[in-house]
Amino acid sequence: MMTINNLVNENILPKLETTHNQHKDQKGILEVQDLSAWYGNALAIKHVSLTIKSRAITSIIGPSGCGKSTFIRCLNRMHEVSHGGHVEGCVLLDDKDIYARDVDPVVLRRRIGMVFQKPAPFPTMSIFDNVGAGLKLTRFFSKRWEIEEIVEKSLRRAALWDEVKDKLNQSGASLSGGQQQRLCIARAIAVEPEIILLDEPCSALDPASTLKIEDLMRNLAEQYTIVIVTHNMQQAARVSDMAVFFMMAPDKAGELVEYGSTSQIFTNPREKRTEDYITGRFG
Amino acid sequence: MSERVYLRRKWLNRIMLGLCGIAAASAIIMLALILGYTLARGIGAMNINFLISAAKPVGEVGGGMRNEIFGTFILVILGSVLAIPVGLMAGIFVSEFANPKVATAVRFAADILAGIPSIVVGVFAYAIVVQPMHSYSAISAGVALAIIMVPIVARTAEESLRLVPNSMREAALALGITRWRAVVGVIIPGALTGIMTGIMLAVARIAGETAPLIFTALGSQFGVQGLLKPIGALPLQIYHYALSPYRDQQQQAWAGAFLLILLVLGISILVRWISNRKHI
Repeated sequence: MMTINNLVNENILPKLETTHNQHKDQKGILEVQDLSAWYGNALAIKHVSLTIKSRAITSIIGPSGCGKSTFIRCLNRMHEVSHGGHVEGCVLLDDKDIYARDVDPVVLRRRIGMVFQKPAPFPTMSIFDNVGAGLKLTRFFSKRWEIEEIVEKSLRRAALWDEVKDKLNQSGASLSGGQQQRLCIARAIAVEPEIILLDEPCSALDPASTLKIEDLMRNLAEQYTIVIVTHNMQQAARVSDMAVFFMMAPDKAGELVEYGSTSQIFTNPREKRTEDYITGRFG
Repeated sequence: MSERVYLRRKWLNRIMLGLCGIAAASAIIMLALILGYTLARGIGAMNINFLISAAKPVGEVGGGMRNEIFGTFILVILGSVLAIPVGLMAGIFVSEFANPKVATAVRFAADILAGIPSIVVGVFAYAIVVQPMHSYSAISAGVALAIIMVPIVARTAEESLRLVPNSMREAALALGITRWRAVVGVIIPGALTGIMTGIMLAVARIAGETAPLIFTALGSQFGVQGLLKPIGALPLQIYHYALSPYRDQQQQAWAGAFLLILLVLGISILVRWISNRKHI
Protein backbone atom coordinates (compact mmCIF):
# COMPACT_ATOMS: atom_id res chain seq x y z
CA MET A 1 0.00 0.00 0.00
CA MET A 2 1.10 3.50 -0.81
CA THR A 3 2.07 5.47 2.28
CA ILE A 4 3.12 9.03 2.69
CA ASN A 5 6.73 7.96 3.18
CA ASN A 6 6.62 6.12 -0.13
CA LEU A 7 5.36 9.25 -1.82
CA VAL A 8 8.20 11.32 -0.41
CA ASN A 9 10.84 8.70 -1.10
CA GLU A 10 9.74 8.34 -4.69
CA ASN A 11 10.21 12.08 -5.17
CA ILE A 12 6.58 12.64 -5.95
CA LEU A 13 6.63 15.28 -3.25
CA PRO A 14 9.81 17.21 -3.99
CA LYS A 15 11.40 20.22 -2.30
CA LEU A 16 8.60 20.77 0.13
CA GLU A 17 10.78 21.95 2.99
CA THR A 18 12.62 24.60 1.02
CA THR A 19 9.62 26.17 -0.65
CA HIS A 20 7.80 26.21 2.59
CA ASN A 21 10.63 27.81 4.55
CA GLN A 22 10.92 30.63 2.07
CA HIS A 23 7.51 31.84 2.96
CA LYS A 24 7.49 30.96 6.60
CA ASP A 25 7.48 34.42 8.06
CA GLN A 26 5.25 36.19 5.61
CA LYS A 27 2.14 37.89 6.82
CA GLY A 28 -1.39 37.19 5.73
CA ILE A 29 -3.06 39.15 2.96
CA LEU A 30 -6.57 37.71 3.18
CA GLU A 31 -8.20 36.78 6.41
CA VAL A 32 -11.30 34.62 6.19
CA GLN A 33 -13.44 34.67 9.31
CA ASP A 34 -16.26 32.22 9.91
CA LEU A 35 -17.32 32.19 6.26
CA SER A 36 -20.43 30.26 5.22
CA ALA A 37 -21.89 30.26 1.72
CA TRP A 38 -25.24 29.21 0.29
CA TYR A 39 -26.80 28.56 -3.09
CA GLY A 40 -30.38 29.53 -2.36
CA ASN A 41 -31.24 27.45 0.69
CA ALA A 42 -28.48 24.91 0.20
CA LEU A 43 -25.49 25.42 2.46
CA ALA A 44 -22.33 24.87 0.41
CA ILE A 45 -19.55 25.65 2.89
CA LYS A 46 -19.75 26.42 6.57
CA HIS A 47 -17.69 28.27 9.17
CA VAL A 48 -14.42 28.49 7.29
CA SER A 49 -11.69 30.53 8.95
CA LEU A 50 -8.13 30.83 7.70
CA THR A 51 -5.45 33.34 6.78
CA ILE A 52 -4.01 33.31 3.28
CA LYS A 53 -0.36 34.26 3.13
CA SER A 54 0.95 36.96 0.90
CA ARG A 55 3.11 36.02 -2.11
CA ALA A 56 2.69 32.33 -1.55
CA ILE A 57 0.72 29.61 -3.29
CA THR A 58 -2.12 28.21 -1.27
CA SER A 59 -3.75 25.11 -2.65
CA ILE A 60 -7.25 24.01 -1.80
CA ILE A 61 -7.71 20.28 -2.03
CA GLY A 62 -10.48 17.85 -1.25
CA PRO A 63 -12.92 15.44 -2.85
CA SER A 64 -15.54 16.55 -5.39
CA GLY A 65 -18.43 18.53 -4.01
CA CYS A 66 -16.65 19.65 -0.86
CA GLY A 67 -17.01 23.34 -1.69
CA LYS A 68 -13.47 24.13 -2.89
CA SER A 69 -14.66 26.16 -5.85
CA THR A 70 -17.40 27.81 -3.85
CA PHE A 71 -14.80 28.85 -1.32
CA ILE A 72 -12.48 30.61 -3.73
CA ARG A 73 -15.40 32.15 -5.56
CA CYS A 74 -16.26 33.77 -2.22
CA LEU A 75 -12.82 35.38 -2.11
CA ASN A 76 -13.54 37.81 -4.96
CA ARG A 77 -17.30 37.84 -4.63
CA MET A 78 -17.88 35.77 -7.76
CA HIS A 79 -20.08 33.52 -5.65
CA GLU A 80 -22.83 36.12 -5.58
CA VAL A 81 -22.89 36.17 -9.38
CA SER A 82 -24.42 32.70 -9.35
CA HIS A 83 -28.15 32.75 -8.94
CA GLY A 84 -29.06 32.58 -5.26
CA GLY A 85 -25.45 32.77 -4.09
CA HIS A 86 -24.97 34.53 -0.75
CA VAL A 87 -22.58 34.41 2.18
CA GLU A 88 -22.21 35.06 5.88
CA GLY A 89 -19.02 35.86 7.74
CA CYS A 90 -16.27 38.08 6.49
CA VAL A 91 -13.16 38.15 4.36
CA LEU A 92 -10.66 40.82 5.31
CA LEU A 93 -8.39 42.27 2.66
CA ASP A 94 -6.02 44.78 4.27
CA ASP A 95 -8.18 44.62 7.39
CA LYS A 96 -11.25 45.68 5.45
CA ASP A 97 -14.19 43.34 4.92
CA ILE A 98 -14.71 42.78 1.19
CA TYR A 99 -18.38 42.14 1.96
CA ALA A 100 -18.79 45.54 3.58
CA ARG A 101 -21.55 47.63 2.13
CA ASP A 102 -19.34 50.27 0.62
CA VAL A 103 -17.15 47.80 -1.27
CA ASP A 104 -17.92 47.60 -4.98
CA PRO A 105 -17.35 44.01 -6.17
CA VAL A 106 -16.28 45.36 -9.58
CA VAL A 107 -13.41 47.29 -7.98
CA LEU A 108 -12.58 44.39 -5.69
CA ARG A 109 -12.21 42.00 -8.62
CA ARG A 110 -9.50 44.19 -10.08
CA ARG A 111 -7.47 43.47 -6.96
CA ILE A 112 -8.41 39.80 -6.81
CA GLY A 113 -8.41 38.24 -10.27
CA MET A 114 -9.61 34.81 -11.24
CA VAL A 115 -8.90 32.13 -13.84
CA PHE A 116 -11.43 29.38 -14.40
CA GLN A 117 -11.40 25.67 -15.03
CA LYS A 118 -12.33 25.84 -18.67
CA PRO A 119 -10.07 28.13 -20.70
CA ALA A 120 -12.36 31.00 -21.67
CA PRO A 121 -10.72 33.36 -24.14
CA PHE A 122 -13.25 35.78 -25.60
CA PRO A 123 -13.89 34.16 -29.00
CA THR A 124 -14.69 37.37 -30.85
CA MET A 125 -11.43 39.00 -29.81
CA SER A 126 -7.87 38.65 -31.05
CA ILE A 127 -5.11 37.44 -28.74
CA PHE A 128 -4.03 41.04 -28.24
CA ASP A 129 -7.55 42.24 -27.46
CA ASN A 130 -8.11 39.35 -25.08
CA VAL A 131 -5.16 40.38 -22.94
CA GLY A 132 -6.11 44.04 -23.22
CA ALA A 133 -9.80 43.36 -22.54
CA GLY A 134 -9.65 44.15 -18.84
CA LEU A 135 -8.02 47.50 -19.57
CA LYS A 136 -10.13 48.50 -22.54
CA LEU A 137 -13.41 47.60 -20.93
CA THR A 138 -12.72 49.33 -17.65
CA ARG A 139 -11.11 52.55 -18.76
CA PHE A 140 -12.79 55.01 -21.00
CA PHE A 141 -9.55 56.15 -22.46
CA SER A 142 -6.18 54.47 -22.85
CA LYS A 143 -3.34 55.16 -25.18
CA ARG A 144 -2.58 52.46 -27.66
CA TRP A 145 1.11 52.24 -26.72
CA GLU A 146 0.18 51.93 -23.07
CA ILE A 147 -1.99 48.93 -23.79
CA GLU A 148 0.64 47.44 -26.10
CA GLU A 149 3.19 47.68 -23.34
CA ILE A 150 0.95 46.04 -20.76
CA VAL A 151 -0.15 43.31 -23.16
CA GLU A 152 3.45 42.39 -23.94
CA LYS A 153 4.45 42.46 -20.28
CA SER A 154 1.49 40.29 -19.28
CA LEU A 155 2.10 37.78 -22.07
CA ARG A 156 5.76 37.55 -21.10
CA ARG A 157 4.87 36.98 -17.48
CA ALA A 158 2.41 34.31 -18.55
CA ALA A 159 5.22 32.67 -20.56
CA LEU A 160 3.20 32.95 -23.74
CA TRP A 161 4.83 35.87 -25.52
CA ASP A 162 7.26 33.86 -27.63
CA GLU A 163 4.52 31.57 -28.86
CA VAL A 164 2.08 34.28 -29.90
CA LYS A 165 4.11 37.41 -30.65
CA ASP A 166 3.76 36.87 -34.41
CA LYS A 167 0.04 36.25 -34.37
CA LEU A 168 -1.36 38.75 -31.91
CA ASN A 169 -4.19 39.56 -34.31
CA GLN A 170 -5.42 36.01 -34.60
CA SER A 171 -8.38 34.80 -32.60
CA GLY A 172 -7.69 33.59 -29.09
CA ALA A 173 -9.71 30.50 -29.91
CA SER A 174 -7.04 29.42 -32.41
CA LEU A 175 -4.63 28.55 -29.60
CA SER A 176 -4.24 25.14 -27.96
CA GLY A 177 -5.97 24.48 -24.64
CA GLY A 178 -2.83 25.07 -22.60
CA GLN A 179 -2.03 28.26 -24.49
CA GLN A 180 -5.59 29.44 -24.04
CA GLN A 181 -5.30 28.94 -20.31
CA ARG A 182 -2.03 30.89 -20.21
CA LEU A 183 -3.78 33.56 -22.28
CA CYS A 184 -6.45 33.72 -19.58
CA ILE A 185 -3.73 34.06 -16.94
CA ALA A 186 -2.13 36.86 -18.97
CA ARG A 187 -5.54 38.51 -19.24
CA ALA A 188 -5.98 38.26 -15.49
CA ILE A 189 -2.58 39.73 -14.64
CA ALA A 190 -2.91 42.54 -17.18
CA VAL A 191 -5.19 44.40 -14.78
CA GLU A 192 -2.48 44.15 -12.08
CA PRO A 193 -4.31 42.27 -9.35
CA GLU A 194 -2.66 41.48 -6.02
CA ILE A 195 -4.20 38.07 -5.68
CA ILE A 196 -4.91 35.52 -8.41
CA LEU A 197 -7.48 32.81 -7.82
CA LEU A 198 -7.17 29.72 -9.99
CA ASP A 199 -10.14 27.35 -10.07
CA GLU A 200 -8.79 23.98 -11.25
CA PRO A 201 -6.84 25.67 -14.04
CA CYS A 202 -5.26 22.47 -15.34
CA SER A 203 -8.11 20.00 -15.17
CA ALA A 204 -8.86 20.40 -18.88
CA LEU A 205 -5.20 20.27 -19.93
CA ASP A 206 -2.68 17.61 -20.93
CA PRO A 207 0.31 16.86 -18.64
CA ALA A 208 2.80 18.96 -20.62
CA SER A 209 0.59 22.03 -20.55
CA THR A 210 -0.09 21.37 -16.88
CA LEU A 211 3.63 21.46 -16.09
CA LYS A 212 4.01 24.74 -17.96
CA ILE A 213 1.23 26.30 -15.92
CA GLU A 214 2.76 25.00 -12.72
CA ASP A 215 6.14 26.56 -13.59
CA LEU A 216 4.33 29.74 -14.40
CA MET A 217 2.58 29.72 -11.04
CA ARG A 218 5.88 29.38 -9.21
CA ASN A 219 7.21 32.41 -11.06
CA LEU A 220 4.08 34.42 -10.49
CA ALA A 221 4.18 33.69 -6.78
CA GLU A 222 7.17 36.02 -6.51
CA GLN A 223 4.88 38.91 -7.25
CA TYR A 224 1.37 37.74 -6.60
CA THR A 225 -0.53 35.82 -3.99
CA ILE A 226 -1.98 32.70 -5.58
CA VAL A 227 -4.83 30.54 -4.40
CA ILE A 228 -5.42 27.42 -6.46
CA VAL A 229 -8.19 24.87 -6.29
CA THR A 230 -7.05 21.48 -7.51
CA HIS A 231 -8.32 17.96 -7.30
CA ASN A 232 -4.87 16.74 -8.25
CA MET A 233 -2.95 16.10 -5.04
CA GLN A 234 0.39 15.73 -6.77
CA GLN A 235 -0.12 19.15 -8.23
CA ALA A 236 -0.89 20.64 -4.83
CA ALA A 237 2.22 18.96 -3.45
CA ARG A 238 4.39 20.15 -6.34
CA VAL A 239 3.42 23.80 -6.43
CA SER A 240 1.92 25.02 -3.21
CA ASP A 241 3.42 26.40 -0.04
CA MET A 242 0.29 26.10 2.02
CA ALA A 243 -2.50 23.59 1.68
CA VAL A 244 -6.11 23.63 2.79
CA PHE A 245 -8.06 20.42 3.00
CA PHE A 246 -11.83 20.60 2.60
CA MET A 247 -14.36 17.83 3.06
CA MET A 248 -18.06 17.44 2.91
CA ALA A 249 -19.63 17.19 6.36
CA PRO A 250 -22.52 14.78 6.94
CA ASP A 251 -24.96 17.65 6.27
CA LYS A 252 -23.48 17.97 2.73
CA ALA A 253 -21.87 21.31 3.46
CA GLY A 254 -18.14 21.64 2.88
CA GLU A 255 -15.94 22.36 5.87
CA LEU A 256 -12.30 23.08 6.42
CA VAL A 257 -10.66 19.99 7.89
CA GLU A 258 -7.05 21.02 8.05
CA TYR A 259 -4.87 23.93 7.06
CA GLY A 260 -1.11 24.00 7.23
CA SER A 261 2.07 24.09 5.24
CA THR A 262 1.98 21.76 2.28
CA SER A 263 4.79 19.64 3.69
CA GLN A 264 3.01 19.22 6.99
CA ILE A 265 -0.34 18.36 5.36
CA PHE A 266 1.24 15.81 3.06
CA THR A 267 3.77 14.23 5.39
CA ASN A 268 2.39 14.69 8.84
CA PRO A 269 -1.34 15.42 8.77
CA ARG A 270 -2.90 16.04 12.14
CA GLU A 271 -6.35 14.86 11.11
CA LYS A 272 -7.22 11.27 10.38
CA ARG A 273 -9.51 12.37 7.51
CA THR A 274 -6.68 14.27 5.84
CA GLU A 275 -4.39 11.31 6.04
CA ASP A 276 -7.05 8.97 4.65
CA TYR A 277 -7.65 11.29 1.72
CA ILE A 278 -4.07 11.98 0.72
CA THR A 279 -3.05 8.36 1.00
CA GLY A 280 -5.88 7.55 -1.38
CA ARG A 281 -8.16 5.66 0.94
CA PHE A 282 -11.14 7.56 -0.46
CA GLY A 283 -12.05 10.44 -2.73
CA MET B 1 -43.74 -13.10 -36.55
CA SER B 2 -46.07 -14.19 -39.25
CA GLU B 3 -45.59 -13.19 -42.86
CA ARG B 4 -48.83 -11.18 -42.80
CA VAL B 5 -47.83 -9.02 -39.85
CA TYR B 6 -44.47 -8.39 -41.40
CA LEU B 7 -46.00 -7.34 -44.72
CA ARG B 8 -48.47 -5.05 -42.99
CA ARG B 9 -45.69 -3.30 -41.07
CA LYS B 10 -43.58 -2.97 -44.16
CA TRP B 11 -46.40 -1.33 -46.10
CA LEU B 12 -47.42 0.92 -43.22
CA ASN B 13 -43.85 2.08 -43.04
CA ARG B 14 -43.80 2.85 -46.75
CA ILE B 15 -47.14 4.66 -46.67
CA MET B 16 -46.18 6.86 -43.74
CA LEU B 17 -42.82 7.68 -45.28
CA GLY B 18 -44.59 8.53 -48.52
CA LEU B 19 -47.07 10.81 -46.74
CA CYS B 20 -44.26 12.69 -45.02
CA GLY B 21 -42.51 13.06 -48.35
CA ILE B 22 -45.64 14.42 -50.00
CA ALA B 23 -46.17 16.90 -47.17
CA ALA B 24 -42.60 18.11 -47.48
CA ALA B 25 -42.87 18.36 -51.24
CA SER B 26 -46.12 20.32 -51.05
CA ALA B 27 -44.43 23.02 -48.97
CA ILE B 28 -41.86 23.49 -51.70
CA ILE B 29 -44.46 23.22 -54.46
CA MET B 30 -46.55 25.91 -52.77
CA LEU B 31 -43.62 28.30 -52.78
CA ALA B 32 -42.77 27.49 -56.37
CA LEU B 33 -46.40 27.98 -57.44
CA ILE B 34 -46.73 31.32 -55.69
CA LEU B 35 -43.43 32.55 -57.09
CA GLY B 36 -44.17 31.24 -60.57
CA TYR B 37 -47.73 32.51 -60.73
CA THR B 38 -46.87 35.97 -59.43
CA LEU B 39 -43.97 36.15 -61.84
CA ALA B 40 -46.12 35.06 -64.77
CA ARG B 41 -48.89 37.53 -63.99
CA GLY B 42 -46.68 40.41 -62.94
CA ILE B 43 -43.85 40.21 -65.44
CA GLY B 44 -45.94 42.01 -68.07
CA ALA B 45 -46.15 45.16 -65.97
CA MET B 46 -42.68 44.83 -64.51
CA ASN B 47 -40.38 47.23 -66.32
CA ILE B 48 -38.10 50.10 -65.52
CA ASN B 49 -41.06 52.49 -65.59
CA PHE B 50 -42.77 50.50 -62.90
CA LEU B 51 -39.82 51.11 -60.62
CA ILE B 52 -39.09 54.74 -61.38
CA SER B 53 -42.37 56.45 -62.16
CA ALA B 54 -45.31 57.46 -60.03
CA ALA B 55 -48.83 56.12 -60.33
CA LYS B 56 -50.88 57.59 -63.15
CA PRO B 57 -54.60 58.36 -62.98
CA VAL B 58 -56.95 55.64 -64.14
CA GLY B 59 -57.18 55.50 -67.90
CA GLU B 60 -53.68 56.70 -68.60
CA VAL B 61 -51.25 54.06 -69.71
CA GLY B 62 -48.05 53.34 -67.77
CA GLY B 63 -47.12 54.64 -64.38
CA GLY B 64 -45.54 52.70 -61.59
CA MET B 65 -45.06 52.29 -57.90
CA ARG B 66 -42.03 54.45 -57.29
CA ASN B 67 -43.75 56.36 -54.49
CA GLU B 68 -44.98 53.21 -52.84
CA ILE B 69 -41.59 51.54 -53.03
CA PHE B 70 -40.07 54.63 -51.47
CA GLY B 71 -42.89 54.68 -48.91
CA THR B 72 -42.27 51.09 -47.92
CA PHE B 73 -38.60 51.92 -47.42
CA ILE B 74 -39.47 54.83 -45.18
CA LEU B 75 -41.95 52.78 -43.17
CA VAL B 76 -39.49 49.93 -42.69
CA ILE B 77 -36.81 52.36 -41.56
CA LEU B 78 -39.25 54.14 -39.23
CA GLY B 79 -40.40 50.85 -37.72
CA SER B 80 -36.81 49.64 -37.34
CA VAL B 81 -35.60 52.85 -35.74
CA LEU B 82 -38.41 52.64 -33.21
CA ALA B 83 -38.32 48.89 -32.62
CA ILE B 84 -34.69 47.79 -32.77
CA PRO B 85 -33.42 49.73 -29.73
CA VAL B 86 -36.45 48.73 -27.66
CA GLY B 87 -36.38 45.10 -28.77
CA LEU B 88 -32.62 44.79 -28.32
CA MET B 89 -32.60 46.30 -24.88
CA ALA B 90 -35.57 44.22 -23.80
CA GLY B 91 -33.74 41.11 -25.01
CA ILE B 92 -30.58 42.14 -23.16
CA PHE B 93 -32.57 42.81 -20.03
CA VAL B 94 -34.31 39.45 -20.08
CA SER B 95 -31.15 37.50 -20.88
CA GLU B 96 -28.60 39.33 -18.74
CA PHE B 97 -30.23 41.24 -15.93
CA ALA B 98 -33.72 40.01 -15.09
CA ASN B 99 -34.28 37.45 -12.36
CA PRO B 100 -35.84 34.22 -13.67
CA LYS B 101 -39.39 35.12 -12.62
CA VAL B 102 -39.37 38.51 -14.31
CA ALA B 103 -37.66 36.98 -17.34
CA THR B 104 -40.40 34.38 -17.72
CA ALA B 105 -43.07 37.05 -17.42
CA VAL B 106 -41.46 39.32 -20.02
CA ARG B 107 -40.85 36.39 -22.37
CA PHE B 108 -44.49 35.35 -22.05
CA ALA B 109 -45.69 38.89 -22.71
CA ALA B 110 -43.45 39.16 -25.78
CA ASP B 111 -44.82 35.88 -27.14
CA ILE B 112 -48.39 37.10 -26.67
CA LEU B 113 -47.55 40.41 -28.32
CA ALA B 114 -46.02 38.56 -31.27
CA GLY B 115 -49.25 36.58 -31.60
CA ILE B 116 -51.62 39.57 -31.73
CA PRO B 117 -53.23 39.80 -35.18
CA SER B 118 -51.64 42.62 -37.13
CA ILE B 119 -55.01 44.23 -37.93
CA VAL B 120 -55.51 44.69 -34.19
CA VAL B 121 -52.11 46.35 -33.95
CA GLY B 122 -53.23 48.66 -36.76
CA VAL B 123 -56.42 49.62 -34.92
CA PHE B 124 -54.38 50.20 -31.76
CA ALA B 125 -51.96 52.50 -33.58
CA TYR B 126 -54.99 54.28 -35.04
CA ALA B 127 -56.32 54.88 -31.55
CA ILE B 128 -53.09 56.07 -29.95
CA VAL B 129 -51.48 57.98 -32.81
CA VAL B 130 -53.90 58.75 -35.65
CA GLN B 131 -56.81 59.94 -33.52
CA PRO B 132 -54.85 62.30 -31.24
CA MET B 133 -53.00 63.73 -34.24
CA HIS B 134 -56.15 63.98 -36.33
CA SER B 135 -54.35 62.61 -39.36
CA TYR B 136 -53.24 59.41 -40.97
CA SER B 137 -49.50 59.49 -41.11
CA ALA B 138 -46.27 57.67 -41.87
CA ILE B 139 -45.32 57.94 -38.23
CA SER B 140 -48.45 56.14 -37.06
CA ALA B 141 -47.71 53.32 -39.50
CA GLY B 142 -44.14 53.24 -38.19
CA VAL B 143 -45.50 52.79 -34.67
CA ALA B 144 -47.79 49.96 -35.77
CA LEU B 145 -44.94 48.18 -37.56
CA ALA B 146 -42.64 48.72 -34.58
CA ILE B 147 -45.16 47.05 -32.28
CA ILE B 148 -45.06 44.00 -34.54
CA MET B 149 -41.28 44.10 -34.72
CA VAL B 150 -40.37 44.54 -31.04
CA PRO B 151 -41.25 41.04 -29.78
CA ILE B 152 -39.47 39.37 -32.70
CA VAL B 153 -36.28 41.35 -32.14
CA ALA B 154 -36.48 40.93 -28.37
CA ARG B 155 -36.96 37.16 -28.44
CA THR B 156 -34.29 36.43 -31.02
CA ALA B 157 -31.83 38.77 -29.30
CA GLU B 158 -32.51 37.12 -25.96
CA GLU B 159 -32.09 33.63 -27.34
CA SER B 160 -28.84 34.50 -29.12
CA LEU B 161 -27.47 36.15 -25.99
CA ARG B 162 -28.29 33.12 -23.89
CA LEU B 163 -26.30 30.95 -26.27
CA VAL B 164 -23.14 32.77 -25.21
CA PRO B 165 -21.61 30.46 -22.58
CA ASN B 166 -21.81 31.58 -19.00
CA SER B 167 -18.04 31.15 -18.69
CA MET B 168 -17.68 34.29 -20.85
CA ARG B 169 -19.77 36.32 -18.43
CA GLU B 170 -17.81 35.04 -15.45
CA ALA B 171 -14.47 35.60 -17.15
CA ALA B 172 -15.45 39.17 -17.94
CA LEU B 173 -16.78 39.91 -14.46
CA ALA B 174 -13.67 38.38 -12.88
CA LEU B 175 -11.59 40.99 -14.72
CA GLY B 176 -13.34 43.69 -12.75
CA ILE B 177 -15.58 44.80 -15.58
CA THR B 178 -19.05 46.15 -14.83
CA ARG B 179 -21.94 44.02 -16.07
CA TRP B 180 -22.97 46.55 -18.67
CA ARG B 181 -19.47 46.80 -20.15
CA ALA B 182 -19.22 43.01 -20.11
CA VAL B 183 -22.49 42.79 -22.01
CA VAL B 184 -21.47 45.40 -24.57
CA GLY B 185 -17.85 44.34 -24.95
CA VAL B 186 -18.02 40.57 -24.66
CA ILE B 187 -21.53 39.11 -24.69
CA ILE B 188 -23.14 41.08 -27.53
CA PRO B 189 -20.20 40.53 -29.93
CA GLY B 190 -20.53 36.83 -29.24
CA ALA B 191 -24.22 36.90 -30.10
CA LEU B 192 -24.05 39.38 -32.98
CA THR B 193 -24.84 36.92 -35.78
CA GLY B 194 -28.00 35.74 -34.06
CA ILE B 195 -29.07 39.27 -33.21
CA MET B 196 -28.58 40.45 -36.80
CA THR B 197 -30.51 37.45 -38.09
CA GLY B 198 -33.42 38.30 -35.79
CA ILE B 199 -33.44 41.92 -36.91
CA MET B 200 -33.43 40.97 -40.59
CA LEU B 201 -36.25 38.48 -40.08
CA ALA B 202 -38.29 41.15 -38.32
CA VAL B 203 -37.60 43.60 -41.18
CA ALA B 204 -38.74 41.00 -43.70
CA ARG B 205 -41.88 40.46 -41.69
CA ILE B 206 -42.91 44.13 -41.47
CA ALA B 207 -41.98 44.90 -45.06
CA GLY B 208 -44.87 42.74 -46.21
CA GLU B 209 -47.44 43.73 -43.58
CA THR B 210 -50.62 45.23 -45.05
CA ALA B 211 -53.32 45.18 -42.41
CA PRO B 212 -51.69 47.55 -39.91
CA LEU B 213 -51.17 50.11 -42.68
CA ILE B 214 -54.85 50.37 -43.62
CA PHE B 215 -55.73 52.50 -40.59
CA THR B 216 -52.44 54.29 -40.33
CA ALA B 217 -50.49 54.94 -43.53
CA LEU B 218 -53.73 55.02 -45.52
CA GLY B 219 -51.96 55.39 -48.85
CA SER B 220 -51.30 58.53 -50.80
CA GLN B 221 -51.74 59.69 -54.36
CA PHE B 222 -49.31 62.52 -53.90
CA GLY B 223 -46.11 60.69 -53.16
CA VAL B 224 -44.13 61.00 -49.98
CA GLN B 225 -44.99 64.28 -48.27
CA GLY B 226 -43.34 63.84 -44.93
CA LEU B 227 -43.74 61.73 -41.84
CA LEU B 228 -46.88 63.46 -40.59
CA LYS B 229 -48.84 62.91 -43.78
CA PRO B 230 -50.43 59.76 -45.22
CA ILE B 231 -47.98 57.67 -47.15
CA GLY B 232 -48.21 54.96 -49.76
CA ALA B 233 -46.69 51.54 -49.32
CA LEU B 234 -46.12 48.59 -51.59
CA PRO B 235 -48.43 46.09 -49.86
CA LEU B 236 -51.13 48.71 -49.49
CA GLN B 237 -50.98 49.62 -53.16
CA ILE B 238 -51.15 45.95 -54.12
CA TYR B 239 -54.28 45.69 -52.01
CA HIS B 240 -55.91 48.72 -53.65
CA TYR B 241 -54.94 47.79 -57.21
CA ALA B 242 -55.94 44.18 -56.79
CA LEU B 243 -59.49 45.34 -55.98
CA SER B 244 -59.51 47.73 -58.90
CA PRO B 245 -61.73 46.96 -61.93
CA TYR B 246 -59.04 48.18 -64.34
CA ARG B 247 -56.86 45.61 -66.03
CA ASP B 248 -53.84 47.88 -66.04
CA GLN B 249 -53.93 48.32 -62.29
CA GLN B 250 -54.54 44.65 -61.69
CA GLN B 251 -51.43 43.82 -63.61
CA GLN B 252 -49.46 46.39 -61.63
CA ALA B 253 -50.71 44.73 -58.46
CA TRP B 254 -49.18 41.49 -59.67
CA ALA B 255 -45.92 43.21 -60.46
CA GLY B 256 -45.94 44.82 -57.03
CA ALA B 257 -46.58 41.46 -55.40
CA PHE B 258 -43.67 39.98 -57.28
CA LEU B 259 -41.42 42.84 -56.22
CA LEU B 260 -42.48 42.40 -52.60
CA ILE B 261 -41.70 38.70 -52.71
CA LEU B 262 -38.31 39.47 -54.21
CA LEU B 263 -37.65 41.94 -51.41
CA VAL B 264 -38.53 39.46 -48.66
CA LEU B 265 -36.65 36.69 -50.44
CA GLY B 266 -33.61 38.96 -50.71
CA ILE B 267 -33.73 39.65 -46.97
CA SER B 268 -34.05 35.92 -46.23
CA ILE B 269 -31.01 35.17 -48.36
CA LEU B 270 -29.13 37.93 -46.55
CA VAL B 271 -30.13 36.30 -43.25
CA ARG B 272 -28.78 32.99 -44.49
CA TRP B 273 -25.55 34.62 -45.48
CA ILE B 274 -25.16 36.36 -42.11
CA SER B 275 -25.93 33.30 -40.05
CA ASN B 276 -23.66 31.04 -42.07
CA ARG B 277 -20.73 33.34 -41.52
CA LYS B 278 -18.34 32.01 -38.90
CA HIS B 279 -17.19 34.09 -35.97
CA ILE B 280 -14.32 36.25 -36.98
